[in-house]
Amino acid sequence: MATKASRAAARLMISPAVLLLLGWMIVPLSMTVYFSFLRYNLLMPGDNPFVGWENYKWFVTDPSFSAAMVNTLLLVGGVLLITVIGGILFALLLDQPMWGQGVIRIMVIAPFFVMPTVSGLVWKNMFMNPVNGIFGHLAQAIGMQPIDFFSQIPLLSIIGIVSWQWLPFATLILLTALQSLDQEQLEAAEMDGAGWLSRFWFIMLPHLARAITVVILIQTIFLLSIFAEILVTTNGGPGTATTNLTYLIYVSSLLQYDVGMGSAGGVIAIILANIVAIFLMRMIGKNLDA
Amino acid sequence: MGRITLDKVRKSFGAIEVIPPLDLTIEDGEFVVFVGPSGCGKSTLLRLIAGLEDVSGGEIRIDGKDATDVPPAKRGLAMVFQSYALYPHMSVRKNIAFPLRMAGMDKAEQDRRVDDAARVLNLTDYLDRRPGQLSGGQRQRVAIGRAIVREPAAFLFDEPLSNLDAALRVGMRLEISELHERLKTTMIYVTHDQVEAMTMADKIVVLNAGRIEQVGSPLELYRQPRNLFVAGFIGSPKMNLITGPEAEKRGAHTIGIRPEHIKVSDDDTCIWRGTVGVSEHLGSDTFFHIHMPSRDEPLTVRAGGDVDLYHGDHICLTPDEAHMHRFDEKGNRIE
Repeated sequence: MATKASRAAARLMISPAVLLLLGWMIVPLSMTVYFSFLRYNLLMPGDNPFVGWENYKWFVTDPSFSAAMVNTLLLVGGVLLITVIGGILFALLLDQPMWGQGVIRIMVIAPFFVMPTVSGLVWKNMFMNPVNGIFGHLAQAIGMQPIDFFSQIPLLSIIGIVSWQWLPFATLILLTALQSLDQEQLEAAEMDGAGWLSRFWFIMLPHLARAITVVILIQTIFLLSIFAEILVTTNGGPGTATTNLTYLIYVSSLLQYDVGMGSAGGVIAIILANIVAIFLMRMIGKNLDA
Repeated sequence: MGRITLDKVRKSFGAIEVIPPLDLTIEDGEFVVFVGPSGCGKSTLLRLIAGLEDVSGGEIRIDGKDATDVPPAKRGLAMVFQSYALYPHMSVRKNIAFPLRMAGMDKAEQDRRVDDAARVLNLTDYLDRRPGQLSGGQRQRVAIGRAIVREPAAFLFDEPLSNLDAALRVGMRLEISELHERLKTTMIYVTHDQVEAMTMADKIVVLNAGRIEQVGSPLELYRQPRNLFVAGFIGSPKMNLITGPEAEKRGAHTIGIRPEHIKVSDDDTCIWRGTVGVSEHLGSDTFFHIHMPSRDEPLTVRAGGDVDLYHGDHICLTPDEAHMHRFDEKGNRIE
């Protein structure tokens, strides 16, 4: 890509892909924005008049909106916290030389390959069910009252399920980062009198900063749109206890057949996601420059 | 104080013994160089002394105290690594202060020691930079700085100059020698470069396959190599080793003669004759590769910079009998 001619050729070559992707994004986005300004309810056929910001007003003032916002933040924050800390611990563990390393590593990564709906159902029916689930049996075995996860601690249960799914991803990224750490640095620190905790805090953790940033950025994007796990386990309930923004949009457009309202929610979600993205980039993006 | 004694120290990785039992004493204040071809166990030996590897047998004593099972940080040694092993996310100041910080020294004392070290190593202007913003030589000095602030009993250097370019290497070689003159602390230096070994060492330890071939001052090794390995390893270009009738005539299995101890002339009073092959003109010296009918390998001969000989010339060689080294069948020196 050195000469002007080759640069021009490169632009020409990639332009079809860029245009296709742009169209792929622009068309649904503009349709969503357009629908969000219409009164467009599938239960009330007829003309769909332009109503300005009305959909937005109703969506935002709906009491379940603020609940959904809080739930979304708790869900994203909780899962990030668990996966980053857990991922570091798992990475440290898997970095140790041990028998059957290869097999163990593959097994640790396995949850990532399970579909969200499947893992949601497995957790719901085989683990967290108070009558048939393993946790219920365990609680009874030691003479405790089984916990009804999805009615007593619904959001925490969802956070648990999603964390289980994303822990392997964080572990994998952090493990590769840990393995790229120069062993001589650790030895030098050891010679310098740093104990294990100091080596972890002063050498390993700063080295992992970049990988942690990547994990947080990528996971946030996916965690903002968690949907399947909620649909198959709690259906957003009890009440709005596990309704996040994505689920609220689904409720508006597909359960209440209010396309206009759903679109307004979608546009709000896009804006929020972008705010979060800019915020994250600003806050931790400087880690990616170095 | 920094007197280090190795007593029958042994190291094996699994079934492979890389260092058979080995004895060595390093006196306080000595500059000792471990030299040998790659894979001879010299770095392993250094890591054993540092405590980064566990010995498989034997005892390491530092200042008379058994240090065999003492963790690296408690041995009072400082090490400079080949890759420098600087902490990339810390400034130069923090890098140098790291061992002091780990020792829990108070901030003012830390700053004082770091400033002192920086002055000695000409790093004062770079204290706020990150290692990534420094040149190779500067990084090397930071690594040395991190070692000297601890005021260790001995410094361990693991091929510290091999990542530097040739000009810088000569400069750093002098700086490390000067540092040793000033601090008078024991230094153990590992290298595969015999020029570094010859120029810096008080005492050279020549290692081959984990065994010590010879220990001695640079000139001792040069003048009286104990066996063929040392004879071939020390000296540049290498000593010429000659077997066959010429050696038998002198009562040896192999004779060795250094390139600088063979005289080139064109009269007829000489002992050996040959044809000039490749010649390397260095300006001050010229090295000729002389082809002789009795030998497959050419003989290396040093002559002055102004000797005019060209490819294909027939010349006459006179070895200096006083500087001839004789070896028996086993490769050991015959006095």
